[in-house]
Amino acid sequence: MTAPLVLRGNTWKFGDNVDTDQIIPARYAIYSLDEKKLGEHAMEDVPDNEGWSKKVTAGDILVAGSNFGCGSSREIAPVAIRSAGISAVIADSFARIFFRNSINIGFPILQSPQAAEAIREGDQLEVDLEEGVIKNLTQGDEYQAEAFPEFMTELIHMGGLAPWVRKRLEEKRAAGLLR
Amino acid sequence: MGMNMTEKILARGAGRESVRPGDLLLAKVDFAMGHDLTIPPASKIMREQMGATKVWDPERLAVVQDHFQPAKDTASAALGKTTRDWAREMGIKWYFEVGDGGICHTVLPERGLVLPGELIVGADSHSCTYGALNNFATGVGSTDLACVLSLGELWFRVPETLKFVYHNRLREWVEAKDLILRVIGELTVDGARSKAMEHTGEALKHIDMEGRLTMTNMAIEAGAKNGIMEYDEVTEAFLKDIAKRPYTPVSSDPDAQYEKVFEFDAEKVELSVAKPMSPDAYAPLSEVAGVKLDQVFIGSCTNSRIGDLRRAAAVLKGRRVHPQTRLLITPSSTETARMAEREGLLRIFYDAGASWTVSTCGACLGGHMGVLGEGETCLSTTNRNFPGRMGHPKALVYLSNPVVAAASAIAGEIIHPAEIMKREPIAV
Repeated sequence: MTAPLVLRGNTWKFGDNVDTDQIIPARYAIYSLDEKKLGEHAMEDVPDNEGWSKKVTAGDILVAGSNFGCGSSREIAPVAIRSAGISAVIADSFARIFFRNSINIGFPILQSPQAAEAIREGDQLEVDLEEGVIKNLTQGDEYQAEAFPEFMTELIHMGGLAPWVRKRLEEKRAAGLLR
Repeated sequence: MGMNMTEKILARGAGRESVRPGDLLLAKVDFAMGHDLTIPPASKIMREQMGATKVWDPERLAVVQDHFQPAKDTASAALGKTTRDWAREMGIKWYFEVGDGGICHTVLPERGLVLPGELIVGADSHSCTYGALNNFATGVGSTDLACVLSLGELWFRVPETLKFVYHNRLREWVEAKDLILRVIGELTVDGARSKAMEHTGEALKHIDMEGRLTMTNMAIEAGAKNGIMEYDEVTEAFLKDIAKRPYTPVSSDPDAQYEKVFEFDAEKVELSVAKPMSPDAYAPLSEVAGVKLDQVFIGSCTNSRIGDLRRAAAVLKGRRVHPQTRLLITPSSTETARMAEREGLLRIFYDAGASWTVSTCGACLGGHMGVLGEGETCLSTTNRNFPGRMGHPKALVYLSNPVVAAASAIAGEIIHPAEIMKREPIAV
């Protein structure tokens, strides 16, 4: 696994249905290969949230409501959040493409309605990615994230989809199955 | 136990007899799409992280220059160039240059590249559009696209399916756009999250392929994985002479399973809008009539096909856009533009004081050619209006059908098109 197994950080809290145009506005999509720049503009179009990425300390954790990352398919959404210094996102639920993109790039996400509701802005959290256990050190509380299907856990352990594809390509090459 | 259309296509792709919602599959992809924002990262991931040197099948991929093309600045020029060079190097058969294609989700259906029964992915969230043609089509990110480019296959979770039955017929003025806005208003932007939306019923028989594409286009606005429709005479006629491959339609078994069935009386659907700042902020038009407009935009993969432009032109003919409002019209494809020119629609638009642009995604995503400033209000025929989507996060965007948009541009405020048609056209 590429990411550390236990993360510790302070919480930034967001609401329901935060879409990818708020996470990283399309006007920055032209910088899709410049992760640093994307990080500087992460969450910029969330109303009244300008300058957010400057306030993030590396390792902080983003906690959101339902359907986080809805809207466009842009993979730069999780990339921007990661590049801003966020180590993981916990949400009540994730929009489908954001969910896939995060798993695929090896960015830790956890789904826990209980945690999403109880955690407050600024709470210090300790997240065990392997066990899916979220400890709220500020409130002295603990929440269990939903388990991923086995295949997704395998992808997460490999560090994302790319290493999995690389392995499959090599297997196909070895078996003489590639054109 | 029977399967529905979505399940049948995924089962075939995975080489399985049957599948159930929740199953994770590795399935073969029949066709894929990427554009100037998604090909650059996907091609880089494919080469550098996956170690693939060529595309699985250069005849089964479309690459479209549409989002920030013609390039608006040097950064988007670099993306266009990367996309162009890569498509050339890979020998991509269906490469659409600026001036050749248009907006990807209009180009692929009109060129007969996305067909019934197929499993299609596009690196763009509105790839769900193609499902009106009786296929499974879904939007993915760049790493997923890179996986398809490398292997021609991708992992999928078989979705639960929501079935929609539309009874009766839409009334005069009311369009497919109004119907889908009403549906999303009821479902919410989270209501179909990761699920399939299967549209059926009497009302659809009277909705042409363009209207159907408008409906499946917006599946993602309810969070859905895909939107799908049955194969019928309309589908068959649309694909006649243009289908690029032989195809096999699918239909849902009589005992297919659905998580939930929604029934709508199409006759009761009114002219609709989505209010700022979410596609599920449904309101009947009457509730927002009178809202003053700075900009009206008729464009995008949702509502700027030739039928949309014809209906807008019928309202604009002999009338002028309100002096305090600007109207931008962006045709959905070069083919659409060509037809509009041939039919004399451009003259009507210019005489009305509208501006006409090259076919591009442009203003829909706040990209270029019509970005909204702080505090401006826009009525748009596009698909989503989350904060910042079309420009400044404090711009207000309403969504509507193109006839309401054209009429409202004349009035300078949101209005029922029948009100405009009552006014005598002025001589131009």
